[in-house]
Amino acid sequence: MKSTLRRLAGFVVLAAVAALPASVALAQSQKVLKFIPQADLRILDPISTTAYITRNHGYMVYDTLFAMDEKFQVKPQMVDKFDVSKDQLTYTFTLRDGLKFHDGQPVRSADCIASIDRWSKRDALGQKLAEATESWSAVDDKTFRLKLKKPFPLTLEGLAKPSSNVPFIMPERIAKTDPFKNIDDTTGSGPFKFVKAEWVPGNKVVYVKNTDYVPRKEPPSWASGGKVVKVDRVEWIYIPDSATAAAALSAGEADWWENLPADLIPLLSRNKNITVKNIDPMGSMGMIRFNFLHPPFNNVKMRQALLYAINQQDYVIGIAGDPKNGNPCYSYFTCGTPLASEVAADPLKGKRDLEKAKQLIKESGYKGERIVIIDATDQPMVHAQSLLTLDLLKRLGLNAEVQAGDWGTLITRRAVREPPEKGGWNIFHTWIVGPDMVNPAVNFPIRGTGDKAWFGWPTDAKLEELREAWFNATDQASSKKAADAVQERAYEFVPFITTAQFILPTAYRSNISGVIIAPIAFLWNVEKK
Amino acid sequence: MFAYVVRRLFATIVVMAVVAFFVFSLLYLTPGDPAAVIAGDAATSDDIRRIRANLGLDEPFLVRFGGWVWGLLHGDLGTSIFTNLPVTRLIAQRVEPTVALTLCTLLVAVAVAVPLGVIAAARVGTWIDRSVMAFSVLGFSVPVFVLAYILILTFSIELDWLPVQGYRNFDEGVWEWLRHLILPSIALGTVYMALIARITRATMLDVLAQDYVRTAQAKGLAPHSVLVGHALKNAAVPIMTIVGIGIALLISGAIVTETVFAIPGIGRLTVDAILRRDYPIIQGVILIFSATYVLINLAVDLSYMLFDPRIRY
Repeated sequence: MKSTLRRLAGFVVLAAVAALPASVALAQSQKVLKFIPQADLRILDPISTTAYITRNHGYMVYDTLFAMDEKFQVKPQMVDKFDVSKDQLTYTFTLRDGLKFHDGQPVRSADCIASIDRWSKRDALGQKLAEATESWSAVDDKTFRLKLKKPFPLTLEGLAKPSSNVPFIMPERIAKTDPFKNIDDTTGSGPFKFVKAEWVPGNKVVYVKNTDYVPRKEPPSWASGGKVVKVDRVEWIYIPDSATAAAALSAGEADWWENLPADLIPLLSRNKNITVKNIDPMGSMGMIRFNFLHPPFNNVKMRQALLYAINQQDYVIGIAGDPKNGNPCYSYFTCGTPLASEVAADPLKGKRDLEKAKQLIKESGYKGERIVIIDATDQPMVHAQSLLTLDLLKRLGLNAEVQAGDWGTLITRRAVREPPEKGGWNIFHTWIVGPDMVNPAVNFPIRGTGDKAWFGWPTDAKLEELREAWFNATDQASSKKAADAVQERAYEFVPFITTAQFILPTAYRSNISGVIIAPIAFLWNVEKK
Repeated sequence: MFAYVVRRLFATIVVMAVVAFFVFSLLYLTPGDPAAVIAGDAATSDDIRRIRANLGLDEPFLVRFGGWVWGLLHGDLGTSIFTNLPVTRLIAQRVEPTVALTLCTLLVAVAVAVPLGVIAAARVGTWIDRSVMAFSVLGFSVPVFVLAYILILTFSIELDWLPVQGYRNFDEGVWEWLRHLILPSIALGTVYMALIARITRATMLDVLAQDYVRTAQAKGLAPHSVLVGHALKNAAVPIMTIVGIGIALLISGAIVTETVFAIPGIGRLTVDAILRRDYPIIQGVILIFSATYVLINLAVDLSYMLFDPRIRY
């Protein structure tokens, strides 16, 4: 009996050793960076969606013509040199030598033109650039030209747009896809290659180093500079449960966790093998959005009333958990960026005045209509804001209720234009990353274009006029002045209210170095010992 | 028996057709729009409308249902709205982890629970019986995720014996495969162990009180032979029923375990698909689930013949 058991045990060990394939051994000899991303990668097309996880995937596999650095300066990236005519109407771009797609084909002017064309059909800033564009044309395979109908001072800023949608460059054959249809061919020219065969949606995304990539010589700064890849392979391991993600990082099964929730910061901060750090200089902005189609928030006095009542400190705590990870932000443009200001912000910034708020509610003629706040309980940032707003509205004597669901339901329901009693809504909350609110061009909730505006559909011709004026600003001073004017009008009209600026710190193990301080987790330059 | 099996298999097709219709109808009526999820936070209503049109989600119910059924009849479960990958590929990727987890759990649970139940019945009223019942109550009472965290903290963080999360395919090495399944199997299997142990004990007590057992004891048979050879065999039918139901429960109950241990199984595929309204995946998974339930029930019914010669189909 004993000898049988021994034989059996021996067989199991042999089987285990024999079953270890060569690929596993090879993987173990490589430098593999194991990264826990903020979300699961589901869509591979960074133009058809604004999802941040897809944007981050885009930065892995694609490159951009220009990129913004940490000083908000536009730097050439794929472009080697460029020239702007004196009348500001003609831009000529020449690509760097050695740019190749992952399929070995060279990056050509035609690829860049097709990619920018597709991007400009989806992105708000891209659409403004397209409006000003007369033509794009290829001079030769490496040189192409943009002719404008009128000067567009934000041309280069648009091409260097850091957040969704980013004007990534794809092969022409892919870039010709309908921009409202997802692409699934991930051929790019970026520093990593996507390994589709190993992609398990909901679990793992694998990238390998693009050995043909020619990085720039400059040091990395945000998305600009040299994208030098220092590992052989990157694995994004999606762990939906945050306690498990913390345990995986503690146990060394992951090297880097992109965004950790506020409640786990103290736990991981105590671990001497883990660095908890804020690498995002801009953070994200929480917001309350109103429905302008139905009472009571179709009345400006109701919206203004909330300006006097909202206490951003409450929202900072509610969202970030710890005041260290957030701050009030009284600007319609991301605090800490060049256009941020507190112009006209007194109603939101000054002493909280519930009596004044109640007075404005009375003046608005509020008749006790039910106010429906749609909530997503699976999104802590949304849920916390919803509960705080509910409490506030009740303290103001308003007939408010939260209707809870999941995020999938919220984003569907917010598109419903019917009154709340027919499945519509009055208020929803969300959050937007800092780069998407830095100026009037990218700040989409501030638009007042009615039917064409973001959910809530505010109409305000004056706001649009001031936004247009900002586009025409030719220097920094006039740009700031025009942005201030937009903000001043925004505080009168109140298209939305910012609730807080908050940061989700990142955490990585001590064997990791070279993490780039940026609003997006870039995985080049990162070294693993 | 052959005719019975054929009849049951035919019934399976009918059941699946009914399930297919109900699932499709329910999803059609459920609030949620994958086009809105795809479009992202900054999209306008117009963007969503165009994406919806591209995906064919604005077509009438019957057109969409007809298209889906036509695909099914050709062995095509459709394509994920989000990943553009075939649903069959996504399900195939997830089958191995879920089946491995279920089988390991079942193996651990049956191997531990049946002997415990038999011993408890044989020593009824003693401290052994009370200990087994206390374990059962505890097993029922502790939620899977709590037990999972305790196991992770103890065996992964403190002792560093086993991995925190993830799954390795069998072809990546038997030991790697097994060590990723140990903690999830214990976490998932504890409730199941408690259930089987209680059922085994109760059934055994019932059988042990019957005349033929007393006769066997009076004949001078060894207690072990009476328990295993005579009593347990006759108690097997209800135990097998519970094991069969349990397999079905395990497949669906694995969702929490798969989430906590980040195992890419069918359960998580389903939850993720529901959260983002990826209709083709939800429909495909539910069809597979229903077929599995029906086939497991058939297998359980057939297994009764092994334990009770009186049962014939």
